[in-house]
Amino acid sequence: MVDLYLSSPSLVQGLLKGLAVIMVIFPIGGACSMAERKVSAWIQGRPGPNRAVVPWVAWIPVLGPFLQRLGVFHVMADGGKMLFKEDALPGHVRKFYFVLAPLVAMMPALTTVTTVPVGAYLDAAGRAVPLVLANVDIGILAVFAVSSLGVYALILAGWASNSKYPFLGGIRASAQLIAYELSLTLSVVPVFLWINAPGTPGTLSLSRAVEFQSGVWQGFSTASWGGVWFLFLMPVSALVFLIALFAETNRHPFDMAEGESDLVGGFHTEYGAFKWGLFFVAEYAHMLIGSAVFTLLFLGGWNPLPWVPLATLVDWLTVLTPLAAHPIAVGLLSIGIFLGKVLALVFFFMWVRWTVPRFRYDQVMELGWKKLLPLSIVNLLFYLGAIAALTP
Amino acid sequence: MAVVPVARPPLTLAERSYLPQIAAGLRTTWRHLVRPKQTLEYPEQRPALPPGYRGVPTLVRDPHGREKCVSCQLCEFVCPPKAIRITPGEIAADATTAHVEKAPKEFEIDMLRCIYCGMCQEVCPEEAIWLQNQFSMTGTSREEMVNRKDRLYELGGTLPDQHLKWDRKAAAEQAGNDLH
Repeated sequence: MVDLYLSSPSLVQGLLKGLAVIMVIFPIGGACSMAERKVSAWIQGRPGPNRAVVPWVAWIPVLGPFLQRLGVFHVMADGGKMLFKEDALPGHVRKFYFVLAPLVAMMPALTTVTTVPVGAYLDAAGRAVPLVLANVDIGILAVFAVSSLGVYALILAGWASNSKYPFLGGIRASAQLIAYELSLTLSVVPVFLWINAPGTPGTLSLSRAVEFQSGVWQGFSTASWGGVWFLFLMPVSALVFLIALFAETNRHPFDMAEGESDLVGGFHTEYGAFKWGLFFVAEYAHMLIGSAVFTLLFLGGWNPLPWVPLATLVDWLTVLTPLAAHPIAVGLLSIGIFLGKVLALVFFFMWVRWTVPRFRYDQVMELGWKKLLPLSIVNLLFYLGAIAALTP
Repeated sequence: MAVVPVARPPLTLAERSYLPQIAAGLRTTWRHLVRPKQTLEYPEQRPALPPGYRGVPTLVRDPHGREKCVSCQLCEFVCPPKAIRITPGEIAADATTAHVEKAPKEFEIDMLRCIYCGMCQEVCPEEAIWLQNQFSMTGTSREEMVNRKDRLYELGGTLPDQHLKWDRKAAAEQAGNDLH
């Protein structure tokens, strides 16, 4: 299998990788949409969707009813509905761009996935080798460059819909993106300045950031602090990044572009059926990638706990069974830890959505320009000074 | 009443940052997330109906199985949306309840018209029509939504009252006749 894959032409390899991305992102996006409905229901004191079931799954004694209660099959029902319902094209839209917009929404979402490492295995020398589709050295830069393209889809959809609410949604999306993209990027700069301290080889790789957070406890000294998660080392950066992430992914309390209560559906008012579904999946994909980047940069990636890197955990597990040191076992373990953190963060996104009311538009702009941007600049200057002071 | 000026202290830095408020909100929503759900899962779980609930109007029998309605048509006259239609009938002279004289030949309640006001129950001198606990009334045609007499008795069942007005009336009549 592996040989067949490696010997196939690069075009086939690329196609297989692309298919893999689609096969992973779409189900996770669907699962997230279900989780959103469930979390909202639980917070509102309802059980949430729990009726749909496939007969032969219902016959499985405990698991079947459990999956039914969890609403797993509603995902399929929803997806099937979205796929097969009539895809109406309103008469007043600019057709080419109208159809193009959902595709443009999906493309950056699926592209950025390839540059995000999802786990690591330990090679013979004990070094962590990241599991990533495209291990590019510009890592974070690639993610930022491509994911910001996502807003073009919103603007395109808003403009091509040729009606006022989508138009307003598109305008809001573009203004909001410009406001928060700056703080988002500036909040990450201290992290990479820290990683690229004078005298070390320069890199923007995300897996290198994780490697940096793999320190072990060395007593109460600065050496211990050097290898801790960046969340503890740079809490302000993490906070600014998280807030800007909420704004970038158009999540509550920053979902100005959609704004059901004042803009009907915002940029996707005129969309229906599968085109709308693509926007939906793209939103969740952005959320997933945003959470993944946050996890990689601030939450230690696939390291289970602060000061407990993956290698230490593997050492502990090999005491139980030598099988745990196998690269596949380590890889799966790291993916599990990473995915757990990412999904916990996605849950946090949903939790915040059902807690905080939407900001007014001028408040969003004020928060972005007058609060977050100065804060991230001051934060950057502080760490510039700190790095300069610490460098011998 | 004297005017009490309320001091409005400026917001503290923590309040202006909005973060403690968000944390408090998250704590509240988390409490709601983990606590038991408030809703009923309807077809399986039914709501506990309070006494005096006004559901679908029905006709009832007395403990001896006599239909209580004497087709006086008061409910038909009082019914605000004119949902009730009664065709009065005679009770056969050889029946044991012949002294009641009248019973409905046909009794229809159009549930598409009924507004569940309960006036029929209130006006009935015989306690024969009752709004009971059935609250879900469905059908696939207009005809199906008209409750006829047999259906009304099937829904209503027996009212376990023990005053047995007409039996005592018959007994009193018998006693009076025996005196003379």
